[in-house]
Amino acid sequence: MIEPVKRPAVNSSLSSASDRVFEYIILALASIIVLVFLLSLYQLGKESWPALQKFGLSFFTNREWNPVTSNFGAISMITGTLITSLAALAISVPLAIASALFVAEYAPKWLADPVGYLIELLAAVPSVVYGLFALFVIAKGLSHWQQSFFTSPEKIATYTHCKSLWDAGTTSFQCFFVPISFDGRGLALAIIILTIMILPYTASVARDVIRLVPADQREAMYALGATKWEVISKAILPYARAGIMGGVILALGRALGETLAVAMVIGDSQDSIKSIFSGASTMASVIANQFGDAQEQIHRSSVVTLGFTLFFLSVLVNYIARIIIARLTPKGIQ
Amino acid sequence: MKKILLLGLALVTTATTASAQTTLTGAGASFPYPLYSKMFDEYKKANGVSVNYQSVGSGAGQKQILERTVDFAGSDTAMSDAQMKDAPGKLLHIPTAIGAVVPSYNLPGVTATLKFDGPTLANIYLGKIKTWNDPAIAKLNAGVTLPPLPITVVRRSDGSGTTGVFTDYLSKVSSEWKTKVGSATSVSWPIGTGAKGNDGVAGVVKSTPGALGYVELVYAKQNKLTFGTMKNRAGKFIVADNVPASLAANGVVIPADTRVSLTNSANADAYPIASFTYVIFYQDQKYANRTEAQAQALQKLLNWMVTSGQQFNEPLDYAKLPEGVAKKAQTIINTMTYGGKKL
Amino acid sequence: MSAATKAMTSSRETTLSPVRKTTNAVMGGLILLATVVVVLPLILIFLYLLREGFASMFNLDFSKGFAGAFQNANLNFFTHVPAPEGEKGGGMLNAILGTLEMLALASVIGVGVGVAGGIFLAEYPKHPLMPTIRMISDVLGGIPAIVMGLVAYGLMVLTMGHFSGLAGALALGFLMIPIVVRTAEEVLKLVPQTVREAGLALGLPKWLVIMKIVLPAAAGGIITGIMLSLARVAGEAAPLLFTAFGNNQVSTDPLKPMSALPLEIFRGATSAYDENQRLAKAGALLLIAMIFVTSLLARRFSRLK
Repeated sequence: MIEPVKRPAVNSSLSSASDRVFEYIILALASIIVLVFLLSLYQLGKESWPALQKFGLSFFTNREWNPVTSNFGAISMITGTLITSLAALAISVPLAIASALFVAEYAPKWLADPVGYLIELLAAVPSVVYGLFALFVIAKGLSHWQQSFFTSPEKIATYTHCKSLWDAGTTSFQCFFVPISFDGRGLALAIIILTIMILPYTASVARDVIRLVPADQREAMYALGATKWEVISKAILPYARAGIMGGVILALGRALGETLAVAMVIGDSQDSIKSIFSGASTMASVIANQFGDAQEQIHRSSVVTLGFTLFFLSVLVNYIARIIIARLTPKGIQ
Repeated sequence: MKKILLLGLALVTTATTASAQTTLTGAGASFPYPLYSKMFDEYKKANGVSVNYQSVGSGAGQKQILERTVDFAGSDTAMSDAQMKDAPGKLLHIPTAIGAVVPSYNLPGVTATLKFDGPTLANIYLGKIKTWNDPAIAKLNAGVTLPPLPITVVRRSDGSGTTGVFTDYLSKVSSEWKTKVGSATSVSWPIGTGAKGNDGVAGVVKSTPGALGYVELVYAKQNKLTFGTMKNRAGKFIVADNVPASLAANGVVIPADTRVSLTNSANADAYPIASFTYVIFYQDQKYANRTEAQAQALQKLLNWMVTSGQQFNEPLDYAKLPEGVAKKAQTIINTMTYGGKKL
Repeated sequence: MSAATKAMTSSRETTLSPVRKTTNAVMGGLILLATVVVVLPLILIFLYLLREGFASMFNLDFSKGFAGAFQNANLNFFTHVPAPEGEKGGGMLNAILGTLEMLALASVIGVGVGVAGGIFLAEYPKHPLMPTIRMISDVLGGIPAIVMGLVAYGLMVLTMGHFSGLAGALALGFLMIPIVVRTAEEVLKLVPQTVREAGLALGLPKWLVIMKIVLPAAAGGIITGIMLSLARVAGEAAPLLFTAFGNNQVSTDPLKPMSALPLEIFRGATSAYDENQRLAKAGALLLIAMIFVTSLLARRFSRLK
């Protein structure tokens, strides 16, 4: 900021003193942000210490989560979290980019504005409402389909074959897509609902970035005789790549920590995943289900350790997103 | 922005000054929640004291009373000595009702009431019996055409007294269950879909053909779920109801502190998966920043629950406390103190 | 795209190879299809909630035909607390009041700290602490809400010895901070430098320039940010599970357990009781309506500025 060369002498001491007081107040208030962060770190660290001390790194590799024997390992929740988040991401990213392209490049203004606004509203729908919709509508549909699976003899034969595999503790590619029960809940439903939930994040970031691509970039391609798709794939997407990646990673962060919608539909099982329809659990869903009633110190500490892990994951994901955006963004739209 | 801040501050101050009336907070078991929500509703109408009971599961209730964040906890399994050892004060238990845990199921097309016994239930929950037409189930239910549906096993995802009672029973009737899983408010389940609260389990059973879940009787009845009869220790198949549930306490020696398991009763007409449901509280009520008025309000409420409050038990399918047990509960309530002074 | 380029592409189309032409058309079609897939869930959710939630909110029963539907219509949803389990006719007054009060309390934290943070980042860019605070604020924005609930439990519930609306508000306030910081910073930076210089040239101290000139100029944008952050945290249930805890009575005392719409929706949606499910649907409709109206107003504000 450009400071004025000289201020009237009368005011100068007065204003510099009041300025300093103001600066301190603002700094003090802004430091609360740091304080919140440090307090969270301290609180989570302190609470998860007993579990980390007892189980060490095996906490992250042990499959057993047994409150009776007080033996806790988080690998099944970690896998559950990663599978649901990455699968949801894989489905939602192409859809999100496509819808962003539609809003930014294809749609006329009268259509682009409402569609863009609808997508933003989708981001504002609360987790519990998605959960409610998933349970009352999507789960019913899935359950219906799962029941119809048992109507034809060949399919029952497939199920019987898969059941023997599952009992032996294994699965095959085909069996991975065979329903294990009728309740509609489980991994598949969690992935569906997560996909819907993170779509708007990527979509709105992608749209903003695409809109920022300079018009001459497009016009140069058009002047060369390129088709619309060629302009998009050769001029726009490469240019917007970094911003979109950033949006994708932020969406990943959101998916990792998504709690209630997932807890409501995933079926809470710590068993190994044998079918896409079997129950699973994520770190966040286990916190929601068990923190309230984990009595033994070690059980509670293990639950908080899941929270601590999530905390670290989200910090890491955020950090990576920032680096990618900073590295890959072409100069000019930074 | 300033206006919003001021508005917020104004709200805080008015709200803190506005509510000086006594309120009590309880948390825990979902097993007696239909009963408690009725009792506390009536109690408020009669005495003007509002009681906030959150049905978060017995495990959570026990944890919250240990951490002294609530006035009382609800739990269907009594806390063990080991659990109470960590408590910052002496904890007391009083029973408020007897309830039955029933195997409720959703089998479209099957009209007959299915019969179950302990070992079969244990094998279903161990994942060894997977379909409804399994020979073990068929043998118990001769003459019933059972569909070849897979069994969707439903159980609790939260720490639960209902789970405590159910697993306590299974441990008594199946040695495999006892060694592999054991009994506690939360266990490591071999299989099953987890749901929160009795309410949640009932919800999954209700919406899932082929599902089997254990819930307190009233949840099955109020949500119109079918539930099976259970074979008791004497070999009789018993339909869960008030009388067979209260018979489970018959002939059992109730200790002075009332902590006792009623499952697998020796009584020939008793329902085998029955249990007291308890309220747990501190003997000395002076902790955190609780007032003496609050302590008195709690004592009054507890006394009401084991006396006049009992009239609400039977209409909601819970058994009343037997005469002697209610007396014992009153004796326990009378030992409550505030800062060492008798209330 | 300008009219000139459009004309140019269309004049070229005749000379395009069929492969390029088809690819272009196919990709265009796919993009349209994908957009429909993205927008469809929202429309479905919205229609579902309107249909089910509206009937639930006023206790209408359309199975009796249009005229009969209104026979038992009432406003219990807004005026009653939940009925005992298994009984009918309850409402969500406790949750509605709880949500409003906790949001008001959360704004005290979220707005106070958030706006100050925004001012700090925008007006003191050379301060040595600026990069740290900016980074931590960004990181804070990515921390899952449930983890904030764990933190608030440790900070407030355990130290105070009981659950409270205030603890819930604290968790929500923490979640608001990074959103408010970010929008406040962006909007403040949009205020032209010349405006500040004009103020300083008049001999005003910097703080007066900020408070009297820069902040009012950015007020519209900041209010937008605050409203968006409110809309965002209004729907959070996860951080309230272990803090506000829930209350089936009306309670306005912030030091007592308090209910909130998202909490009640969570419980109702996982419940077997039709009555609880009914309340959950009505609550979901109300919550969504509140959030959408807030976001709409926020957009208005940002245009007005």
